Amino acid sequence: MSLSIKEVEHIARLARLELDGSEKEQFTMQLNEILDYVEKLNQLDTSAIEPTAHVIPVHNIFRKDELKPSMDPEEVLANAPDRIGNYFKVPKLLED
Amino acid sequence: MELYQKTAHELQQLIAAKEVKAVEVAESVLERARQAEPKIHAFVTLAEEEAYQAARRVDEAVSKGVKLPPLAGIPVAIKDNISTAGLRTTCASKILENYIPPYDATVIAEIRNQMMVLVGKTNMDEFAMGSSTENSGLFTTRNPWDIEAVPGGSSGGSAAAVCADETILALGSDTGGSIRQPAGYCGIVGLKPTYGRVSRYGLVAYASSLDQIGPLTKDVTDCALLLQAIAKYDPKDSTSVNQPAPDYLQEMKKGAKGLRIGLAKEYLGEGISLPVKDAVQNGVKVFKDLGAEIVEVSLPHTEYALAAYYIIAPAEASSNLARYDGVRYGHRTSQKVSDAVELFMKTRQEGFGAEVKRRIMTGTYVLSSGYYDAYYLKAQKVRTLIRNDFDNAFKSCDLILTPTTPSVAFKIGSKTKDPLEMYLEDIFTVTCNLAGLPGISISGGFDNGMPIGLQMLGPLFKEEILLRAAYGFEQATDFHKKRPEI
Repeated sequence: MSLSIKEVEHIARLARLELDGSEKEQFTMQLNEILDYVEKLNQLDTSAIEPTAHVIPVHNIFRKDELKPSMDPEEVLANAPDRIGNYFKVPKLLED
Repeated sequence: MELYQKTAHELQQLIAAKEVKAVEVAESVLERARQAEPKIHAFVTLAEEEAYQAARRVDEAVSKGVKLPPLAGIPVAIKDNISTAGLRTTCASKILENYIPPYDATVIAEIRNQMMVLVGKTNMDEFAMGSSTENSGLFTTRNPWDIEAVPGGSSGGSAAAVCADETILALGSDTGGSIRQPAGYCGIVGLKPTYGRVSRYGLVAYASSLDQIGPLTKDVTDCALLLQAIAKYDPKDSTSVNQPAPDYLQEMKKGAKGLRIGLAKEYLGEGISLPVKDAVQNGVKVFKDLGAEIVEVSLPHTEYALAAYYIIAPAEASSNLARYDGVRYGHRTSQKVSDAVELFMKTRQEGFGAEVKRRIMTGTYVLSSGYYDAYYLKAQKVRTLIRNDFDNAFKSCDLILTPTTPSVAFKIGSKTKDPLEMYLEDIFTVTCNLAGLPGISISGGFDNGMPIGLQMLGPLFKEEILLRAAYGFEQATDFHKKRPEI
């Protein structure tokens, strides 16, 4: 199976990456190489094997619903690229 | 001998006996770092002022006769993907170049509570994706044994800083070998703890089911001390496991006698350089002389591990790195944009380097509609087979001895053209992360003046077995005492 430039453009869009022309070509070639390599896994019959998502069997870790102090808004917003008051400012998302 | 050349366990005694002040240790180490940095480039940020403040607090406590925690006053360098409140944490990425975390990672809170002296933040491959620090978005770190060679990665800055005596201790993170491989290339000790043994809270996530924080140190005793300091259950990390850690120092001293050490043919076959094979054979001899038993084991799915890793890690990365969007922190594009998606796309285009983009793309593809079962689910099933291999092997042995890498540190620029060739660097180290096991790399010999790493892998939560074997080996050999001229 081989990945086309068009598919790479689609993946980039899903990944929210704006690639330039040379990156698209390079990634098409390199992703194909990587996918060829991982094809190797198909040599194994895994039809009867359970997948491992996590190695250590820990499930639903709950904590008590207690009031605790939160971080100061000034600290939280200190790294914001742009802000208005205590809000993060972003470009307009919706039409008027 | 200068103070910066000493180990943590040597310095801790001098500080406790009031023979040396913590401030003098900090001065010695920071002066050494200033002198070595123009050649080595291990640090992204040196935190001199904070270091002196922390050292002065230790000296005040000593003068008041307060009982000190074991590593009080010992300098420690931190990989730049571990959050430090008030101190820049870049992940060696343009996208976080000016990011100052508002909170401490749990391991950093421990380091501060236990009065260690944080000297700075170390360079790495961007977001821990790489094996050489050449993927750093800032600069490349040099191997102190040969400044034309890579220090390994991704925790290459931490390994080089320990090796060049620019710090006494360091922390790194290991997702597919990122502590053990640079430790091997720099001839120091690096340990990846069992998944869940050390809190990941505040570690910038790369592949969450594989990431683990661990120590890089000059010798095994220091490794045991630093592991003890950070091996704690943390309610803030839901994958942290509530299982008390043993006294590692005491366990370590039992040595290698009586241990059953497994040798797996899958880790000793083709592609391994002759000097590395010789170092493993020498290791076998040392362990036999120490009274360990050598047994043959088989891990038949080893050859599939790298392929499974390079599906699982990018998949998790593509999800974890979705948070870098230029909205709340980090870089935001200054180009004109007409909507939010364009803001995300341009910000990420400018902020991420090539390898990070490549892994995000790979991960996005293997998780995308129609491909999930063929790639991600398949890789997770192979992950089960790899775990089963280890479960079987550990029925007949206590630990497994392997090379850390097929050969010694390579020259800068020699593997950057082909991503797959760089991925093959991780061939002996990824299985440990896929199976969640603890692994250690220690200095096991030299090839033309470059260190050779020996890796040992143990059962879940059995770090003490690795420390026992490593300590026994270290007592019987001198490799760990050799240091490069800088």
